[in-house]
Amino acid sequence: MEPASTTTAAGVAWDAPDQAPGAPPPGHRWQRWPLGLLLPLGLGLGWEALVACGLANGHLLPPPSRIVVTLVALARSGDLWLHIWATLQRVALGFLFGVLAGTAGGALTGYSPLARRLFDPTLQALRSIPSIAWVPLFILWFGIFETSKVILIAVGVFFPIYLALSAAILDVDRKLVEVARIFRFSPLEMVWRVLLPATLPSYVTALRAGLGLGWMFVVAAEFMGASEGLGFLLVDGQMTGRPQTVLASIAVFALLGKATDGLLAAGTQRFLRWQDGFRTPR
Amino acid sequence: MLTLRRLSKRYPNGHLAVNAIDLAVAPGEIFGVVGGSGCGKSTLLRLISGLEQPSEGTVALSGTPVLAPRQEVGVVFQEPRLMPWLSIADNVAFGIRHLSPAERRARVAETLARVGLSAVADHWPRELSGGMAQRVALARALVGTPRVLLLDEPFSALDAMTRADLQDHLLDLWAYDRPTMVLVTHDIEEALVLADRILVMRQGSPNVTLTPDLPRPRDRTDLSFLEWKRRLLLELHRSMAPAAVRGDERFPAAAI
Repeated sequence: MEPASTTTAAGVAWDAPDQAPGAPPPGHRWQRWPLGLLLPLGLGLGWEALVACGLANGHLLPPPSRIVVTLVALARSGDLWLHIWATLQRVALGFLFGVLAGTAGGALTGYSPLARRLFDPTLQALRSIPSIAWVPLFILWFGIFETSKVILIAVGVFFPIYLALSAAILDVDRKLVEVARIFRFSPLEMVWRVLLPATLPSYVTALRAGLGLGWMFVVAAEFMGASEGLGFLLVDGQMTGRPQTVLASIAVFALLGKATDGLLAAGTQRFLRWQDGFRTPR
Repeated sequence: MLTLRRLSKRYPNGHLAVNAIDLAVAPGEIFGVVGGSGCGKSTLLRLISGLEQPSEGTVALSGTPVLAPRQEVGVVFQEPRLMPWLSIADNVAFGIRHLSPAERRARVAETLARVGLSAVADHWPRELSGGMAQRVALARALVGTPRVLLLDEPFSALDAMTRADLQDHLLDLWAYDRPTMVLVTHDIEEALVLADRILVMRQGSPNVTLTPDLPRPRDRTDLSFLEWKRRLLLELHRSMAPAAVRGDERFPAAAI
């Protein structure tokens, strides 16, 4: 435990912080409950009841019980894990490449006015192209197999990270940069030790947005001729007239998207403990 | 020896912030700079630090021109400017990254002890009061044992009590290895407590340098101190007074 105050050579006592860093914020009991589950559970149970009472037939929108049965069957056959694994691999690789390119591009155009003037207008123009417009071109360039899918996902991940990082670097407090200049930081040190840490909160938000787009783009990627993956499962359910398979695939997408976002948020939380937000305990 | 020769700074918009300043500050001297708002005090300090380039004239440290920030020159700004993502210890270590980790740790621990903040070494900047944060900024500037320490209104954002305590503490720190200090302030009492010589900067007319012959430590309530305070205040008022009062016709009173 830290002392309540510290004393200087001149005998002056200074107030020390009264709470250890990293202590949990005070809050109400309900803040620990998973309130976010209320809405999907309520809707699911409501729909289940309507179908069970015969008020809806549930053919085109099957009730949750039928989706669960489909998921269990897919899991028992092993197909579910195959599809999940294929999709996860694509998202992971696309996310990795998108993050690397977005970080490098954002750092470069954020730091260097010359690079910004050279590259930013083109990248901003490319950003407005809909993802689906890339599909035929990527198939022509990279074939129908994994490369084109991973690149499409990487393109989706790239832009939010590039845009957020480049803008955040431009917004870094000039006064902090001056401190680094006083200590004669090289351009690389300036980026690595000042600009990137200063932009970390925006960067983490951009990573999460990029990951979300990665999950969206993987569907588009798997629409272009995949034989496995959750996107393929979606198409398969549509082609064979099984809405429960489509919904099962959508549910798995939602669960995986939420889980990976949660992992990313939890994994990056420790790097943001220094933030002085309005909910930060004092 | 810190030497300024005909040092001038004109900004691209034509504003002449610093006009042909000649100055020599001896090693270990505490040199105060006072003046009204916008008279170019902070610009002068930025020129000495190498953060800005002069339009004319030179800054030299022991005969070597200062063209960019140098290791021998430490700066404390008006705000602490601590890196919020670094702990207090890492903030202090910010400027001595060229040392080995063991040496860095030892230097940081020693400097934090000197400013009385060893207990908060692992805290975040957001957890410190304004006075504590400014002490950390002082520690960060001192940890590299600079030969010249530049202070740009370092205590102006603090309350009067904290300010007076930090002024005394700054003198303790200065006595440790006696760097040359250039202190820019708008607080004439601060200038009198700390400085050996005081430059009163004036826009558009020659600057005046005063040498308060007050014994150290300086007592803020002593009669001679109060007399010097009155003299300095008078000089400051003259520096900001309408040209008609100064007899300078280039600056009509209506324009001020």
